Amino acid sequence: MAELRDLYQEVILEHSKAPRNYKTPASTNQKAEGYNPLCGDRFTVFLEMDGETIRDIGFQGAGCAISKASASMMTQSVKGKTKAEAEKIFHQFHELVTGHPHEDETQLGKLAVFSGVSEFPMRVKCATLAWHTLEAALEGKQEKISTE
Amino acid sequence: MSAIAAVADRHVVAAAGFDVEKIRADFPILHRKVRGHDLVYLDNAATSQKPQAVIDALVRYYEEANANIHRGVHYLSQVATEEFEQGRTAVQRFVNAAHASEIVFTRGTTEAINLVAQTYGRVHVGAGDEVVITAMEHHSNIVPWQMLCEEKGATLRVVPMNDAGELLLDEYERLLGPRTKIVAIGHVSNALGTVNPLKRMVAMAHAKGIPVVADGAQAVPHIAVDVQDLDCDFYAFSAHKMYGPTGIGVLYGKQALLEAMPPYQGGGDMIRSVTFEKTTYNKVPHKFEAGTPDMAGVAGLKAAIEYMSSVGIEKIAAHEHDLLTYATEVVGGLPGVRPIGTAKDKAGVLSFVLDEVHPHDIGTILDEQGIAVRTGHHCAQPVMDRFCIPATVRASFAMYNTRAEVDALARGLKKVREVFA
Repeated sequence: MAELRDLYQEVILEHSKAPRNYKTPASTNQKAEGYNPLCGDRFTVFLEMDGETIRDIGFQGAGCAISKASASMMTQSVKGKTKAEAEKIFHQFHELVTGHPHEDETQLGKLAVFSGVSEFPMRVKCATLAWHTLEAALEGKQEKISTE
Repeated sequence: MSAIAAVADRHVVAAAGFDVEKIRADFPILHRKVRGHDLVYLDNAATSQKPQAVIDALVRYYEEANANIHRGVHYLSQVATEEFEQGRTAVQRFVNAAHASEIVFTRGTTEAINLVAQTYGRVHVGAGDEVVITAMEHHSNIVPWQMLCEEKGATLRVVPMNDAGELLLDEYERLLGPRTKIVAIGHVSNALGTVNPLKRMVAMAHAKGIPVVADGAQAVPHIAVDVQDLDCDFYAFSAHKMYGPTGIGVLYGKQALLEAMPPYQGGGDMIRSVTFEKTTYNKVPHKFEAGTPDMAGVAGLKAAIEYMSSVGIEKIAAHEHDLLTYATEVVGGLPGVRPIGTAKDKAGVLSFVLDEVHPHDIGTILDEQGIAVRTGHHCAQPVMDRFCIPATVRASFAMYNTRAEVDALARGLKKVREVFA
């Protein structure tokens, strides 16, 4: 059961029950929708961009505890960051959850709680759905993002 | 096994003359450990496990009988052909078809339904016509008809269901109109477990001269199927959900319909003679079996039918009915559990949601305890939409499951609630 506790850490469970930035910012100017057809998880990420900077971010949708907590903590970690910084964090996060942790994880901060996901390959898509959606929103892509 | 469950299991043995431990001994995979626990395999609606007799039949085919069929004068070709056609006869008896030539081997249920859509369907469905399916179909009995309708400018009509997961037969009756050219119905729902009143629905369609295609993938493992009694025109199923190998399935079709249909795929074995100017096709069922078929698969399917027959389909059905009733009580009665699909007539499937916990989280936590269930939309997204849920947890039963395994599932779900407390 040790691995299970690694996956469902208190912080993750808490964020899944009370997600942060679960909102549609009034001044949204970029957004994208992400969908995992395998499990039905569906999130929309809303951005208020000020030039290259994420001034505000919100998300809405439904999914499992991992995907929802990941979306919630993502919004906290990238708010106020530039597009390039957010993309760098996503890259490091992706390396973390796929079991290839980067030497320089300082930028991940609290997101390090997702390291347990690497023991559950079937759940990597849950952890990264919101991030792929964020990436699409940052690129200003209009089409729906699918993790399949 | 708890004392009560052990007593309960013995009660079933005594009642039905059905020895589940003896059956379990025939399935090698049930004796392996998963994540340090005894495997509790409750994903049988996805695919069942295979008894040693089926595994042996596959090996024996390659060790003793392998050669290409319906060609060659040599000894092994003759042996392989005979075994292949004996497999067809075994299937004919299994579903009580009138003729062995009404049994077409396919890769599975999906290919069987596509075969009907692309042959019978393309001939008989035209612009403005309608194809009627139901609200609880698996994607494999939706998409082939959607593709056909799109190609022909026809319309797909859907029979609705109630909150219990039962089809509304009054609505069905109303949908059967002068433009309805085909009705396609799942015999048993993979997502809900509902056993649809197929015989009655066939009669209703036939009263208006409309043929019926039945998806029997979830029915043949659980209930006795008699295609002549049902009077359905086509009946499709897969070997791998009824203890047989993957990659082989069956399309039953009434002889006259099969004979009138154009071929599905072109190639070897489906022809009588070929010149560059003109090809004449083989007789049924070979007309629909282009290319070298899965001969080992047919040997495995035959062994699966023999295995099921040796146990007895009525005894299997009674045992699974007991398991489903027990699971509905024990799991359905847990705090926070809401069963999805509560039809009066069900087979093999308990689908449910638990509190607000997403089924994928439940699946991961159960898996950590060696319990295999399916979580997701079960290739029936419209069913999920109907019940306004993204997914369910599905426990589905086979003849080798026990009440003790249902108890393990209940304990596992309590663990889920602890994690998400």
